[in-house]
Amino acid sequence: MSREIKLRKYHAQVWDEPLLMDLSVEGQRGLLVPRAEEEIRARYGSAQDLVPASMRRRRPPDLPQVAQPQVVRHYTRLSQMTMGNDVSNDIGVGTCTMKYSPKVNEQLCSLPQMADLHPLQDESTVQGILEILYKTRDFIREISGMDEVSFQPSSGGQAVLAAASIVRAYHTARGEGKKRNQVITTIFSHPVDAACPATAGFEVVTLMPDAKGYPDIEALKAALSERTAALFVTNPEDTGLYNPRIDEFVRLVHEAGGLCFTDQANANGVLGKARAADAGFDMCHFNLHKTFSSPHGGMGPGCGALAVREPLAKFLPVPVVAFDGKKYRLDYRRPHSIGKVRDFYGNVQVVLRTYAWIMSLGAKGLEAVAETAVLNNNYLEKLLTAIPGVSISYGPGRVRLDQIRYSWEKLTAETGVTSEDIERRMTDFGLQAYWTSHHPQIIPEPFTPEPTESYSKDDIEYWAAVMREIDREARQDPNRVKSAPHNGVTGKIDESAMLFHEKCMFTYKKYKQMKQAG
Amino acid sequence: MNPIAGMGGRVGLKGTDGRDIVARAVEKGARPEAGRRAGEALESLAGLKDRIEVLTYPDEMGEHVVRAAGFACSVLGSIRSGQTTPEDTRRAAQDLEAAGVDLLLFAGGDGTARDICAAVGDRLPVLGIPAGVKMHSAVFGISPRRAGELAALYVEGKIRGTREAEVMDIDEEAFRQERVCAKLYGYLRVPSEPRLVQGVKAGGGHGEASALRGIALDVTSRMEPGVAYLIGPGTTTQEILHVLGLSGTLLGVDVVVDRRIEAADADERVLLETVERMPARIVVSVIGGQGYLFGRGNQQLSPRILARVGKENVIVAATPGKIFSLRGLPLLVDTGDPDVDRMLTGYVQIVTGLKERLVYPVAC
Repeated sequence: MSREIKLRKYHAQVWDEPLLMDLSVEGQRGLLVPRAEEEIRARYGSAQDLVPASMRRRRPPDLPQVAQPQVVRHYTRLSQMTMGNDVSNDIGVGTCTMKYSPKVNEQLCSLPQMADLHPLQDESTVQGILEILYKTRDFIREISGMDEVSFQPSSGGQAVLAAASIVRAYHTARGEGKKRNQVITTIFSHPVDAACPATAGFEVVTLMPDAKGYPDIEALKAALSERTAALFVTNPEDTGLYNPRIDEFVRLVHEAGGLCFTDQANANGVLGKARAADAGFDMCHFNLHKTFSSPHGGMGPGCGALAVREPLAKFLPVPVVAFDGKKYRLDYRRPHSIGKVRDFYGNVQVVLRTYAWIMSLGAKGLEAVAETAVLNNNYLEKLLTAIPGVSISYGPGRVRLDQIRYSWEKLTAETGVTSEDIERRMTDFGLQAYWTSHHPQIIPEPFTPEPTESYSKDDIEYWAAVMREIDREARQDPNRVKSAPHNGVTGKIDESAMLFHEKCMFTYKKYKQMKQAG
Repeated sequence: MNPIAGMGGRVGLKGTDGRDIVARAVEKGARPEAGRRAGEALESLAGLKDRIEVLTYPDEMGEHVVRAAGFACSVLGSIRSGQTTPEDTRRAAQDLEAAGVDLLLFAGGDGTARDICAAVGDRLPVLGIPAGVKMHSAVFGISPRRAGELAALYVEGKIRGTREAEVMDIDEEAFRQERVCAKLYGYLRVPSEPRLVQGVKAGGGHGEASALRGIALDVTSRMEPGVAYLIGPGTTTQEILHVLGLSGTLLGVDVVVDRRIEAADADERVLLETVERMPARIVVSVIGGQGYLFGRGNQQLSPRILARVGKENVIVAATPGKIFSLRGLPLLVDTGDPDVDRMLTGYVQIVTGLKERLVYPVAC
């Protein structure tokens, strides 16, 4: 990075915006629902009578009473105070794969043919979306090498929980459900890969990395036993390292009688390059809301597509979309199914975006996505490792795929400025605050950028230039960094209160109580 | 503050215990280090100047540094300036405890930590500003500045949890002869840095305490009748006894059979007799920062006992924070018998929480 990069001026838009509840004025309405016509009332009675008496509220809910323009202004102001993907540069938010979602895909989701669908419509009236679900299933089968897919899970975590439930159903069906009660994972796999098996009742056995930064295969051998139910691993891990012996891991677990699941939330670096089934895995999932166009990180609708091999297909959640050559239908008659992990068939608009995105890129295009994401990440690595305070803890010198977990440990030791200080300070330069690390944080002072395929060379260089500037600032004026943000919506917030339940306000009711108590 | 802490380091004396060593250090041109390091830590507390009350000991044992950092302070006790001794450290710790301080901040090394531990035990939270030559104990902040920051968070009430921290020391005389023999002297209660265990944003914050509880529940829920459980030293293993409603020996080995203490603070003879009489399991924790499983602080679990019980009946329990603080270094065994050491090496499944295991290497 030889040329000079001009750091941008930025200041957040600040509104002293009250809570929506506090905007409430008795009698104000956002919408006046017209009275039903006489004929309709005569035929159906009052709308309230349609709700069984036992399910009716005794008192109306305490909703805020606000007129439409006030509501629109309120939320527009709040949106002005955030730094979204369309405004800023989200390279820092690694493991989240904050790529750009083409606007045409958003337009498709807004079409009435999509937006006005209801999940309870008769199959014959929703053949179009069922066709898209079926065809996207075929794409996911091709990309993963698996045989059947469920789009029902609405998040990666829900897909992993469904996978853990399938592991239990599989061993129970073979009469080994009680005995096989351990799931093995790795410390740099995503926390869901430990949490979901634990939720499904398994004991979790975690492997640490070896000297090269890869999961320790000797530790795996030591952990395997007749109690092994499954292996749940992310690959590449959040260090950006792809386990080169992953097929050997899978073979060892299979030999011990366990199943193998791979968490592919980090699929962006291997799309079209490596298939889970080819490494021997029995199951995998994709976060369609990371890798396949839908924006991630807004707590909006997501989809954890769960793909399995044929012997496990009978355990998938119901319904599964089927096709007889003429008509698409929803197959609920699956006696071995683990049941539902949520209602209906998933967030279908996320599947629609996936379909549109894959169609627009084609097979070669998907490979180009992975190649560009890896190239971008390696370019960013060159820029960041040239900064004096930045280091890489595990597997230094090894080629990374989509992301890297770096450390500011050197800078912290020399200046006292921590990764969290930098996380706040970077927002002063108009950048989204970065992602430090999953827990447990075993890399000190971590940060995990992931430049995906969406960001330009200029974007990547700007991001690295901000890191370099803060490193310089930390050495000259550490308090400037430690007291950040200076140009944001708020100043530095004392986050330690979040540690104590009694100091937190999770509901408006609690807020009012605490306000009254001073 | 131990004013002479660290003086032996720069001049290659491997420690500063004993008056003639101090004299030799001075001869070799050593200068006091502890004051500068304590001052760095106090800088991080400067923002709280008007909100905290500082109590200290006279002159070079704290008063000078505290005043230089711009704090008003109450000075307790009296010393002979220029001729301070470990007794002064112990007396200072006792006086500060009696005065009701919320946190005892000391600057020194392992020797100082031992004196503090002997004086106040785990009765009040203590934090070490690293200023010594030897710092094998797990009671120190990673730098003086970080120690100050941690102290600030604690006195402001932003963190409330404490963790057990081993007070270790090596025999300096032996160390000068190139023999390392670290010994466990006790435990201090140290404010726990939330980041190490669980970041502020995860909203947990009680990570260390809940991990300890989870470990204890896991181990106790698997206890079998008619089996002797040899519970090793440390607060991790103490929590196991606590869950069983028992109180044991912090620095000793207790024998538990059918949820009752059969022998408290047992010596090798009693332990050997137990494991020869009935099936037995050994429950041990890990020495933080060093990673010793056997051979430090639990020598009564001798090679003969370990050989008899076998590796498969050793239950290792430690919080994730403690294991991650080893930064990938293996657990260590040094029982004195090479065959037993070899038998114990390989991989062990550490109990890190309720239904949680971490596979970790053991070396000798």
